[in-house]
Amino acid sequence: MNNFSLTQVDSAEEAVKTARLSTENNRYIAGGTNLIDLMKYRVENPDHLLDINRLNFSEISSLPDNGLRLGATVTNADTAYHQEVQKNYPLLAKAILSGASTQLRNMATDGGNLMQRTRCYYFYDTATPCNKREPGSGCSALEGFNRIHAILGASEKCIATHPSDMCVALAALDATVQVTGESGSRSIPILEFHRLPGDHPEKDTNLEPGELITAIDLPEKGFSQHFEYLKVRDRPSYAFALVSVAAALEIDGSTIKDIRVSLGGVAHKPWRLPEVEQQFIDQQATPQTFEAFAEKLIAGAKGYGDNDFKIKLAKKSIVRALLTALEK
Amino acid sequence: MKVLNNITGVATTRVDGRKKVTGTAPYTAEFNPANLVHGYIVNSTISTGTITKIDTTKALDVAGVREVFTHENAPLSVKINADYSDPMAPPGSPFRPLYNDQILYNGQPIAMVVADTFETARYAAGLIEVAYNTSGKSTTNIKDNLDRAFTDDDLPDPPKPRGNAKKAYQESEIKIEAAYLQPREYHNPMEPFATVAQWDADEERFLIYDKIQGVASSQGYIAGIFNMEKEKVRVLSEFVGGGFGSGLRPQYQLFFAAMAAKVLNLPVKVVMTRKQMFSFGHRPACFQEFKLSTDKNGKLTSIQHKAYGETSQFEKYTETIVDWSGLMYACENVELNYKLVPLDVYTPNDMRAPGGTTGMYGLECAMDELAVKAGIDPLELRLINYAEKDQNEGKPFSSKELKACYSRAAEKFGWKNRKAEPRSHKEGHTLIGYGMATGVWEALQQKASAKAIFTAEGHLTVSAATADIGTGTYTVMAQIAAETVGLPLEHVTFKLGDSTLPKSPIEGGSWTVSSVGSAVKMVCVSLREKIYARAQETHPELFAESMIEDARFEKGELSIRDGRAVSFMEILNADERKSIETSVNSEPAENRDNYSCYTHSCVMVEVHVDEDLGMIRVPRVVNAIAGGKIINPKTAESQILGGVTWGIGMAIEEEGMMDDREGRIMNANLAEYHMPINADVQEIDVIFVEEKDEIVNPLGAKGLGEIGMVGTAAAIANAVYNATGKRIRELPITLDKLL
Ligand SMILES: Cc1cc2nc3c(=O)[nH]c(=O)nc-3n(C[C@H](O)[C@H](O)[C@H](O)COP(=O)(O)OP(=O)(O)OC[C@H]3O[C@@H](n4cnc5c(N)ncnc54)[C@H](O)[C@@H]3O)c2cc1C
Ligand code: SF4
Repeated sequence: MNNFSLTQVDSAEEAVKTARLSTENNRYIAGGTNLIDLMKYRVENPDHLLDINRLNFSEISSLPDNGLRLGATVTNADTAYHQEVQKNYPLLAKAILSGASTQLRNMATDGGNLMQRTRCYYFYDTATPCNKREPGSGCSALEGFNRIHAILGASEKCIATHPSDMCVALAALDATVQVTGESGSRSIPILEFHRLPGDHPEKDTNLEPGELITAIDLPEKGFSQHFEYLKVRDRPSYAFALVSVAAALEIDGSTIKDIRVSLGGVAHKPWRLPEVEQQFIDQQATPQTFEAFAEKLIAGAKGYGDNDFKIKLAKKSIVRALLTALEK
Repeated sequence: MKVLNNITGVATTRVDGRKKVTGTAPYTAEFNPANLVHGYIVNSTISTGTITKIDTTKALDVAGVREVFTHENAPLSVKINADYSDPMAPPGSPFRPLYNDQILYNGQPIAMVVADTFETARYAAGLIEVAYNTSGKSTTNIKDNLDRAFTDDDLPDPPKPRGNAKKAYQESEIKIEAAYLQPREYHNPMEPFATVAQWDADEERFLIYDKIQGVASSQGYIAGIFNMEKEKVRVLSEFVGGGFGSGLRPQYQLFFAAMAAKVLNLPVKVVMTRKQMFSFGHRPACFQEFKLSTDKNGKLTSIQHKAYGETSQFEKYTETIVDWSGLMYACENVELNYKLVPLDVYTPNDMRAPGGTTGMYGLECAMDELAVKAGIDPLELRLINYAEKDQNEGKPFSSKELKACYSRAAEKFGWKNRKAEPRSHKEGHTLIGYGMATGVWEALQQKASAKAIFTAEGHLTVSAATADIGTGTYTVMAQIAAETVGLPLEHVTFKLGDSTLPKSPIEGGSWTVSSVGSAVKMVCVSLREKIYARAQETHPELFAESMIEDARFEKGELSIRDGRAVSFMEILNADERKSIETSVNSEPAENRDNYSCYTHSCVMVEVHVDEDLGMIRVPRVVNAIAGGKIINPKTAESQILGGVTWGIGMAIEEEGMMDDREGRIMNANLAEYHMPINADVQEIDVIFVEEKDEIVNPLGAKGLGEIGMVGTAAAIANAVYNATGKRIRELPITLDKLL
C-alpha cells in the first residue's frame, strides 16, 4: 500500500474543486470496501483520498415526479431496508441483499457500488499483465483462467465483468445517475453510465475525471408486483454472481405490457437490450415466450473456455427469473 | 480404589472459552515486546527460474526501514551447516528461504523488509524491484503430468497385493471402472501464521512466540538452522487460532523473524498476509483410479485402487490414500498402488484427515457406483462386505462398532425412504438426492510426557508441551486430571504451548487426547499414589493400616471405606514439604500391536439440486461415529460439526485455482477461495455410538479431529448422483459441471 493523505471534504463544490485542482493522483473514498482492498493489492495507488462521507448525500428522499432519490453516500444496507425501497422497489432491495455480506453492506455506499471495479483475478494480481490495470500490457484472462468472465460485449482487450448486483437492478429499473463536476452537474441514464471495454478497458464508466456521483434517481415505476432478482453463484451467500438476472414484468391478464430484463456477471456492464424488450410487448407471458426472449437477449454470446457454461446458464436463468416474476 | 467424580463423559464448556470470546487470550501476533520492529515478506511471481536482479535501493531509502533481507545478504551462517528439517519433514531437502537465487515455486518468499512499523515495511516491500530469468515451462497440473509419476524407496509401500485382483476383475460380470480428481485445498485457519522472535545476544538464546501445532517443531527447526542447543530456544504458543495441519511444520515467517531478530539484535514480528497463507503447504491435488467388481450377491470379488498425489520438486510428501481400500471391506483380491507426481509447487502438508478423506472419497464414490451397477442398496453393499478384521494386516480390531453407526445413522436419517432411481424425487425445480459413505480414521497414540504439581492451596497444575489448536485440549486435559485426582474442575489448570514443559507430540493426527490424555491420566494416577503415601505419613491413625485400593479420591478428599476422610489440603499442609510433584512418560501399551485401532463413521446426507441451474444445497447431514469413550461430548460434537462442514467445502466449494501457465494461484483470498459459510451449513446431526475399547489406550478414547470430514464429500457426491443421475468425478462439484 502507498503512503497517502486524506482530506474530509465538507461540500460537493470543495470536493470537485480539490479533485480537479490537484495535480496528484486523487480518489474519492466512501465506504472504502473496494478502494482499500485495491490499495492493499497495489492495484490503485492514489496519493490523496477525498473522504466524501460528510457530504449531505446521505438521505433517501422523494422526487417531485414520485420517484425516489438515493443519496450517493447512503449505505447499501440502509437502501435495501428503507421502507419506500422495500415497498416500491423490492427488486432493488433483493438485489442489494444478495450481494456481499452484512458487514460489507453496512459500509458500502450506493455511489461506491456503481464504481466498484471488476473481480477479474488478474486485475487484482499485479504480477500478471492486465489491460484494465495497465493499458497495453495484455489481457491474461483471455487465454487464462476465465470462468468468471464475460460472454457478452467483451473485446480482445478485456473480457472482465462488472460485479455489482445493485447495478443490475438499477439497470432494469431505468435509474438515472446524478453527477457533478468541473463543468457543472448532469444526469446519466444508468445504461450509459458503465461502458463496454472496447479498446479502453481501463475506463469502467463514462464519468469524467473528478466527477462526483451525488445521487441515484429511481423513476416512479418500480415493478413491485412482478419482479425477481435471481443470483446464480458458487456459494449461497458471500459470492459474486456467475450469472444474475433482474427481471421485471407488467402483466395484463396473461399479456406482457412491459418487460425489463438485465443481466449481471456476463458483461462489462449490466446487460440489458431495450430494443429486444420492445419486441415482446403484447406477447403472451409463457415459458416459450420467455425462452425466445432469452435467446434474443444473449444473442451473440461467446465463451472463452472456462466460462462457456455461462451461455447455457444465462439462458436458463433468464427463463427461470421471468417465470418466478410472473408467478409472484 | 474408586473414582466417582464423573467429569469426563460430561458435556463441558471450554475452560478457555471466556478468554477467547472476550479477546483476552493472547495469540502470537499480539505480543509486542519493547523495541519491536516489523517484517514484511515479498514473494516470487514466477514458479521456476532464477532471480537475476533484486534491487532494494528504493525500499532502503524509505524512512523507518531498518533492513531488507534477500538471498544476497542473508547471513552465511544460515546457509552453511544449517539444518532446515523439522520433525514432520518428509524425505528430501527442506525448503531454505533466501538460500540462493533459485525459484522453486510461485509464491516463494524472496525478501523481507524490516521497518519500525508494519505499514512502512509493507509500503517499502512494494518498492523492491525483482527481475527473473524464467527457465522452462512451469508444471503445476497433476493430470497433465501423470507420465512423470514415480515411486521409490522413500515412499512407504502400500499394503501388499492379495489374491489376483486383475483376474478376478476380468472374470466378474458386475464391475465398474472410475477415476476421480480433486484439486489443491488450502488450510486457511482464521489466525494467520505469525512469529515474534527475540534474540538475547548475551546469553545467545531465542525467545520465540510462534503459531505452531507443537512447540517442539519450531524449537527443533530453529535449533537446526542456527546450530544451537534446543534448550537455548524457548518457543511459546499458548493459543492457536486453528491449524488443521498447516502448523504441523514451521512456516517460513518463523525463519525470517528469527534470522532478522538475530542479525538486527531487535525483537521482530512477522505476520503472514491472507494471500501468503496460500504460499506454502496445502492438501495435494490427487488423481485416483478404481476398478471394483462383485458377484451377483454383492460380495466384492476385486478391488484395484491406484492414486497419484502431487509433491514438490524438493521433498517427497506422501499420504495414506490407497491403504483404506484394502482395509475397509472383506475382499480376497486387492491391488493397491500409490505414486507421486513432482510439480513446481511448495511441498504439500497434512490437512485435516490427510489421505483418509482423499482415499475414502474415491473408494466410497466407487462403492456407490458399484452398488448402482449391482442394483443393491449402497448401505446393504457395505454390510454385505463388512470387514470383521483388518484386511491389510490380518489383525482384529481393538473395537469396531461400525455396524451400530450404520444402523443408528440410517434410522435417524430415514435411509429407507431413499428412492434408488435417480431424478425420481423432485419438489418444484428441486431434485432431491440421498447419499451415504463410510468414514474411517486411524486411532493413533504417540509417546507423551506430563508433569503434575499439586500445591498446599489445593490447586493442581498439570502440564505438557502440547497445543490447543481450538480443539479443546485445555478443557479435556483438565477434565481428565480433575476426574483422576478427584478435584472439582475449577481447581485444575492445564498448561501447554511452552517448549520448557514436558515433551509432547505435535497436535495432529487426532492423537492428542489419546497420547497426551493418557500421559495426563498416568501422571494423575501417580499423583494419587503420592498423596496417599503422604497421607500415610501425616495421618497414620487413619491410613497406616489401609491400602490404596480401599481409598477414594473424591471432591478434594481422601477417604477410606468406613467413611473416615481428610481433605487433600490438610494432608499437604500437615507436612513441611507442602506440595507434591510428579512426572511421567507414557507410551502405547505393547499389546496394542496385536490389534488394529480405528475410529469409524457412517455419513448420510440429503442434497437439493436446482434442476436447471445446478446450484447444490446440503440441508441435512447425519454422522454417526464410533470413537471409543467420548471425554467431552460438547467439544467432541464441535469437532464433528467442523469436520462435516469441511466435507461440504471439499465436495462443492473448495479449490485452489491455479493458472498453470505461471503456476500462480488465482484465488488467494477468502472472497474467491470458497469455503462453507453459515448458509451452507444447515442441519447436522451428530451421533456417538457406544463403543468400549480397553486396548486403544488407558482412556478408551479415540481421536475425533478428522473423522467428521472423512466420507462426507463422498456422501454428498453420491447424493448428487441420486438427485440428478449425473456422476461428477471431479471436485468440487460446482454448478457448471451439472449443467
Ligand atoms: C468480499 C467482498 C464481496 C463482495 N460481494 C459483492 C457482491 O456479491 N455483490 C456486489 O454487488 N458487490 C459486492 N461487493 C462489492 C461492494 O458492493 C463494493 O465494494 C461497494 O459497493 C463499494 O462501495 P464503497 O462505498 O465501499 O466504495 P469505495 O471502496 O469507497 O469506493 C469504490 C470506488 O468508487 C469511487 N467512489 C465512491 N463514491 C463515489 C462517488 N460518490 N462518486 C464518484 N466516485 C465514487 C471511489 O473513488 C472508488 O474508486 C463485495 C465486496 C467485497 C470486498
Ligand atoms: S479481463 Fe480485463 S481485467 Fe481481466 S486481465 Fe483481461 S484486461 Fe485485465
